[in-house]
Amino acid sequence: MAGIHWFKYSAPANFYPLAGRMIPWFGTAAAILTVIGLYIGFFVAPTDYQQGEAYRIIYIHVPAAWMAMFAYLVMAGWCAVSLIWNTRLAAMMAQALAPTGAMFAFVSLWTGAFWGRPTWGAYWVWDARLTSTLILLFLYLGYIALRAAIDDPRRADRASALLALVGAINVPIIYFSVKWWNTLHQGASVSMTSSPKMAQAMLASMLILAFAAWFYTIAVSLSRVRSIILMREAHADWAQQVAKESAK
Amino acid sequence: MSATRAIAWACSRDLVLALRSKSELALIVVFFVLVISLFPLGVSPDPKLLERIAAGIAWVAALLATLLALPRLFALDHADGTLEQLVIAPAALPALVAGKVFAHWLTNGLPLVLLAPVAGVQFGMQPPAIGVLTIALLLGTPTLSWLGAIGAALTVGTRSGSALLALLVLPLAVPVLIFGAGAAEATASGLGAEAHLSLLGAGLILTSVLGPFATAAAVRIAYE
Repeated sequence: MAGIHWFKYSAPANFYPLAGRMIPWFGTAAAILTVIGLYIGFFVAPTDYQQGEAYRIIYIHVPAAWMAMFAYLVMAGWCAVSLIWNTRLAAMMAQALAPTGAMFAFVSLWTGAFWGRPTWGAYWVWDARLTSTLILLFLYLGYIALRAAIDDPRRADRASALLALVGAINVPIIYFSVKWWNTLHQGASVSMTSSPKMAQAMLASMLILAFAAWFYTIAVSLSRVRSIILMREAHADWAQQVAKESAK
Repeated sequence: MSATRAIAWACSRDLVLALRSKSELALIVVFFVLVISLFPLGVSPDPKLLERIAAGIAWVAALLATLLALPRLFALDHADGTLEQLVIAPAALPALVAGKVFAHWLTNGLPLVLLAPVAGVQFGMQPPAIGVLTIALLLGTPTLSWLGAIGAALTVGTRSGSALLALLVLPLAVPVLIFGAGAAEATASGLGAEAHLSLLGAGLILTSVLGPFATAAAVRIAYE
């Protein structure tokens, strides 16, 4: 391990081909795990005795919600790296992660609404989890919008990184404030934490799909960061050569 | 220049500027009262319902009024070049920024705090709840000013409108809204508002300590 110079890959020109080699691996792993996880979830796992078949949406819903939260932390981590060491690649990684995180937040809200209709009798309730996921989606959208509003990419890097860090400090405060707010008003009509113990197959399917969401996120953000690198390094010789070769 | 003098200088400068355009200050106050007055028209004139939602309405109106005033914090100074001079001035930028934000709160946040009892009476709140609402606004509006200052500094000189500022600031302000509106409701339901007010105070301390540095960093980013 000592022979590899890891910092070599913090240069966009070196990271670009590395990312290109990693994408097929993560993409294939994501696809295989998705198929296995969905198969177990829809054909092997038993029907829930309270919620019937409708509960099966959690195999999409829960991994998406986990990924949305985790992607924000990873994004804020890259932002911290980019602010502290002033590295371009870290900012590009954060920029590449944001749309996927926002997508997962949206998917978890959307699937949650479809699960809530048959289970709670309403598409939307002001439950603490729902509300904090909605705010998380707004944090993602704010990050993306701030980036888009600033023309100079370096300034956009630093401004959006600062915003993501302020948001990351605030995320736990938002989460607990929303939780207390809801418990002060009334208890949630259905609690996720006190649900009956999960069958092995259900848990296995959910965990496999959670890993699939991870690998998907890695593959997609690597692919996105390659485009970002090419766009931002368009002035460099190597980037122009890559663009010419791919145009052939 | 020492930090205290820098704060005092920036604060008094912005106060003088603000007091020379009094009509703009009055507009924020009018906006606050106007938004509050829209709710009975839109929801229902039922006194019982209004008393229940009064604190929440006052807080939402305070949030919107803060948001409306935010562009004035840095945009004018950026337009005439003063902000750039502040960045290269031989005084600590966090201190200068703190003075500016304090002046901004004195001219835009404090009037809302003073108006809160009027809004409370208008909605038929009980006197103890009105008192708690006022204290909560007193603790919460400076926090809103700091959160807003970070957003305003990040968007200085960009071609984005106030909609972006709302998208940046409002999600961050959710805890303030929850604890602020919750304080008055906890009093009305007999639970006591100490917990909410303590959390608002904690938020004020946190933002007052971190806010100057985050805002100064955001201003510096704009001029790099």
